[in-house]
Amino acid sequence: MSTQQSVLFDAPGPRARRVIMIGNVVGGIVVLGVAALVLLALGRKGQLDADLWTSLFTADAWQYYFIPGLQNTLRAAGFAIVGALVFGLVFGTGRLSQLRAVRVVSGIVVEFFRAVPVLLMMIFFYLLLGFNKVDDAPFLAVVFALVLYNGSVIAELVRSGVGNLPKGQGEAGLAIGLTPSQTLRSIQLPQALIAMLPALVSQLVVVLKDSALGQIITYNELLRAAQLFGVGNGNILQSLVLAAVIFIVINWLLTLVARWLSRFLSGRTAGATTTGPGIGNPTVVAGGPAEDAPAEAAAR
Amino acid sequence: MGDYLSQTWELAREYDVLGAFWVNIQLTFWAAILSLVLGTALALMRISPVPSLRWAGTAYVNVFRNTPLTIIMTFMVLGLWGQLQVTLAPDFAGNFFRLAVIGLAVYHAAFVCESIRSGVNTVPIGQAEAARAIGLPFLPAARLIILPQAFRGAIAPLGNTLIALLKNSTVAAAASVTTETSSLMKTMIEFNSNYIYGIFLTFAIGYVILVIPIGLLTTSLSTRLAVRR
Repeated sequence: MSTQQSVLFDAPGPRARRVIMIGNVVGGIVVLGVAALVLLALGRKGQLDADLWTSLFTADAWQYYFIPGLQNTLRAAGFAIVGALVFGLVFGTGRLSQLRAVRVVSGIVVEFFRAVPVLLMMIFFYLLLGFNKVDDAPFLAVVFALVLYNGSVIAELVRSGVGNLPKGQGEAGLAIGLTPSQTLRSIQLPQALIAMLPALVSQLVVVLKDSALGQIITYNELLRAAQLFGVGNGNILQSLVLAAVIFIVINWLLTLVARWLSRFLSGRTAGATTTGPGIGNPTVVAGGPAEDAPAEAAAR
Repeated sequence: MGDYLSQTWELAREYDVLGAFWVNIQLTFWAAILSLVLGTALALMRISPVPSLRWAGTAYVNVFRNTPLTIIMTFMVLGLWGQLQVTLAPDFAGNFFRLAVIGLAVYHAAFVCESIRSGVNTVPIGQAEAARAIGLPFLPAARLIILPQAFRGAIAPLGNTLIALLKNSTVAAAASVTTETSSLMKTMIEFNSNYIYGIFLTFAIGYVILVIPIGLLTTSLSTRLAVRR
């Protein structure tokens, strides 16, 4: 991207530099002006009062709200990504199976859970487990829904990871007398898994973000903790901002890890390492143009 | 079995399931238009020669791509409306609907921006060089040469974003839009717990029916409109 970006416009000369300078100043003034307007509006509503913000940084706030909330978020995300990985491996290899029936069934399962909104699944499991008097129904509902959705996304990653390997890899396996399933297991899958590691880390960002949906089914994760704290202390705006900042920092760090992994691993596998756009549908629709693959890899 | 199906069908008619889906489609439609406009502007900013605009675009994408949509939606209602008294419509339902549309648009604009940027990546360097060689400045080059090709290259990722937007429109429940599908499903199951599987499958299949044509359409469009090189 960096090479192409510089190609989109000439290296600025003296006049263009002046114009850019002016543009920077005007842009800066606009940004600062908007910020000032927002701050003024907030100030008029009394939202900038110091105690609304300082109460966020007391020991009580963290001990009883933000730390337990964050713990619950991370717990759900951790269980969900492990479960999703297992689900994805099972159904991803299922879609590559030699048996037509296994392929078809895996395909239906994967496409179904990719198309159903996570929130619908969460509410369904929450009510189902609740009717059956299962303890910790909100937590289990969050994990189940995230496993089913992200597992089917990972299944697609596995499939496209194997599909993106050079043809010679599979042919070489067959040539030395391995069966197709042996080739898949000992030659193609290991390389595909390494190639999809960055995308897996990006998927963790999706899992973390979607775990906040647990708020709607009363799972006591970070957003709900922040909301309870904010309602109790009359600073809902401020505590939501704090929760958002915590999410942004964690997810941004994960994105950096994914990018670093993608660079680090690109020399270690015959497959292309991509990090995926991270919106929840990182895989290209089957048969889509191949040029989508480097979408995120190229993004900085 | 047949009895179960017909009972579920009766419930779906009684509770106006189609009307709930129509709410989600409307949410998706308006949010898609808003986020396309905002996302295109952001993509232009991110490839522009002005460093401050590039920085602002990058900051926007990094912030909103990493924030859970649920927080944005909760913020729209509890923060914007509850604390700051921002009202966009005279009645409650209309107000929450518009706040939800804005929340969805603000979040998905970051992904639209990245999709378009990945489309820009598919434009060969020679195209940009040719535009510069005939003396086009940045904006005309972007408008006449780069973006038309970039949009064609971005159809598949844009389609994925649209699918995600449709599914994410259920999160409008967090913005107090009570007529959309996830809220209606919850109500229906709570009052008719015997039919929990049938009700869930009704809604799930509804989404499958909505999502699959979008996927097929964008796949066929992206191959049909792809710039042959």
